[in-house]
Amino acid sequence: MNNTEWPLYEVFIRSKAGLSHRHAGSLHAADDRMALDAARDTYTRRTEGVSIWVVRSSSIVASDPAENAAFFEPAEDKVYRHPTFYEIPDGVENL
Amino acid sequence: MNRDEALLAYVSRLGDNALVIGQRMIELVAGCPELEEELANANCALDYIGQARMFYTYAAELEGAGRDEDDFAFLRAEHEFRNLLLLELPNGHFGDSIARLVLYEAFYRLHLEALAECADERLAAIAARAVKEVRYHLRHNAEWLLRLGDGTDESHRRVQASIDGLWRFTGELFADDEVDRTVAAEFGGPDLAAIAVRWKAEVAALLEQATLTSPRDEGMVSGGKAGRHTEHLGYLLAEMQFLQRSYPGAEW
Repeated sequence: MNNTEWPLYEVFIRSKAGLSHRHAGSLHAADDRMALDAARDTYTRRTEGVSIWVVRSSSIVASDPAENAAFFEPAEDKVYRHPTFYEIPDGVENL
Repeated sequence: MNRDEALLAYVSRLGDNALVIGQRMIELVAGCPELEEELANANCALDYIGQARMFYTYAAELEGAGRDEDDFAFLRAEHEFRNLLLLELPNGHFGDSIARLVLYEAFYRLHLEALAECADERLAAIAARAVKEVRYHLRHNAEWLLRLGDGTDESHRRVQASIDGLWRFTGELFADDEVDRTVAAEFGGPDLAAIAVRWKAEVAALLEQATLTSPRDEGMVSGGKAGRHTEHLGYLLAEMQFLQRSYPGAEW
């Protein structure tokens, strides 16, 4: 009998049309298609979503926390990259 | 049997089917092989309990005798339940549970789709709502059947035995009686013979895809629809009805 654990998947849910998929959590599943079913049953029970992505956690390439200084700190003093000089019109949501 | 009596018996029977299979699935809660499957099973079990409530509430209204959904579920005896024998059988192992659900839900989906077109508006509305749930159940359980059938040698052997053991209870799905025929004639209810043809084709295709062999129709048994049950239903009801029997009128 094979007792190896099922692979880990990351789940992304689009809560409504027009919004981006957001990371909702992770789960174990035997394969891709079962991961989609499990994501539906685990993360959309209360009508949280209109679209689901699942991806094997091992397929995600992540930044290295040890390199955070080189990766992220150079952006900190570049205020001109922030679009704070515009007025956001009334009625624009989710910008 | 007039049309009103037939409709009441029919709706009550649909409630019995949903309640008994729902209760069987609830017995699996906290016993599923993986956390994710645990959630899937509990979700689907509660879909069935919800369907049972809708059918029983409607049956109680049709009856007009002052009973409610709880009276139908908790205060009727074994011989008053008219569920299919297939649904009252014990869960067995995981493959047995999956095989039973696939065999039943392949039928139930077709049955609900036909019911959603019937002339009784209330019943059609309940069926239209339930069929969305059952389409997902069938998809999910059929995925499992594929993986068990076309999985390891052991899973293949065991789920083939599940299918073989359950097969003789599938004849009752299509065995129509006076209730079925009256509802078909008076309300445009489902034609079980037509559903049987589609079920056989769909199940044969599923089994083939799962590398499983379709059993032959031998030694078919029925009786649940007439109130003649296996020895298993009494135990199921005893556990399910215990609270209301011991503490009549108890509420949460």
